[in-house]
Amino acid sequence: MKCSEFLTELTSYLDGVLDEKTKVELENHLSWCHNCYVVCDTTKKTIEIYRDSQLYELPDDLRSRLRSAIMTKCQQHKKRGPQSV
Amino acid sequence: MEAIQNKVVGPVSEELTLVQAAKRGDDSAFEELVRRYDRNVFRIAQHITQNREDAEDVVQEAFLKAYSNLAQFQEQSKFYTWLVRIAVNEALMKLRRRKPERTVSLDEDIQTEDDSLPREIADWSPNPEQQYTQSELREILSKTIQGLPPGFRTVFVLRDVEGLSTEETAAALELSVPAVKSRLLRARLQLRERLGRYFQRRENGNGKSGDKSSDVNTGDVKTGDAPSGDGN
Repeated sequence: MKCSEFLTELTSYLDGVLDEKTKVELENHLSWCHNCYVVCDTTKKTIEIYRDSQLYELPDDLRSRLRSAIMTKCQQHKKRGPQSV
Repeated sequence: MEAIQNKVVGPVSEELTLVQAAKRGDDSAFEELVRRYDRNVFRIAQHITQNREDAEDVVQEAFLKAYSNLAQFQEQSKFYTWLVRIAVNEALMKLRRRKPERTVSLDEDIQTEDDSLPREIADWSPNPEQQYTQSELREILSKTIQGLPPGFRTVFVLRDVEGLSTEETAAALELSVPAVKSRLLRARLQLRERLGRYFQRRENGNGKSGDKSSDVNTGDVKTGDAPSGDGN
């Protein structure tokens, strides 16, 4: 496997959806190509850092305010009938 | 190296029971759907709009739209995927209103493949996120993802932050599966490249870049000028 082929398969590899044959070829490539190993490892870390970051969590007070606003609007919509949105 | 594990959002059968009850006019069932997905919709909206007030509006508008169009919802797909599609459209409309001079769509700023090829190959410090405080890290992550075109960051957020499958992401964004895969790869690689500026292993051993605080505070996440490395 060449470096460019590794890059094509990287997303499927990280998502765990590569077929066994390609996976073996890719892991063989990673065992000797340090650059691709680093790209693979740091891309995986990028995904994990974002996934675990709790970026843009909804604070509890805002959350209940929004929910109550949503339900009030929904009830108004129900009273007025379907053409109001 | 193990594959990334996705977050799982609530059981599908329970979701369907709630949707059917809400369709029959049970508002408490709809409120339960709001409780179940409001945090996800808020996160997605803020990632796309990059603006807290807009994200709050999107949450309200998306749920109201879902409520008022519930009768049209076909139960072959997941309610959550349908809701995400509504929320993404509302969020993109907000972006368009804020940037009327530019056409904002999921196809905007799609660059050539070469732009996503790795140039910076230096390894990162072990546990790079621990070099920063929580608020510093949030600022770095927020500034970094803001630098991606909306079409890339939306795919990344749905797939990698919210844990939707490739097929669900394609359905929610009305894109083909190959288009989702291609954008996801490029989004991941571009984010990796940009985060490398903060997380690279440094010669002085502690991993912290001397000028990182000024970088974070000025919001100047530089892009596209990384030292060249040989990715081929």
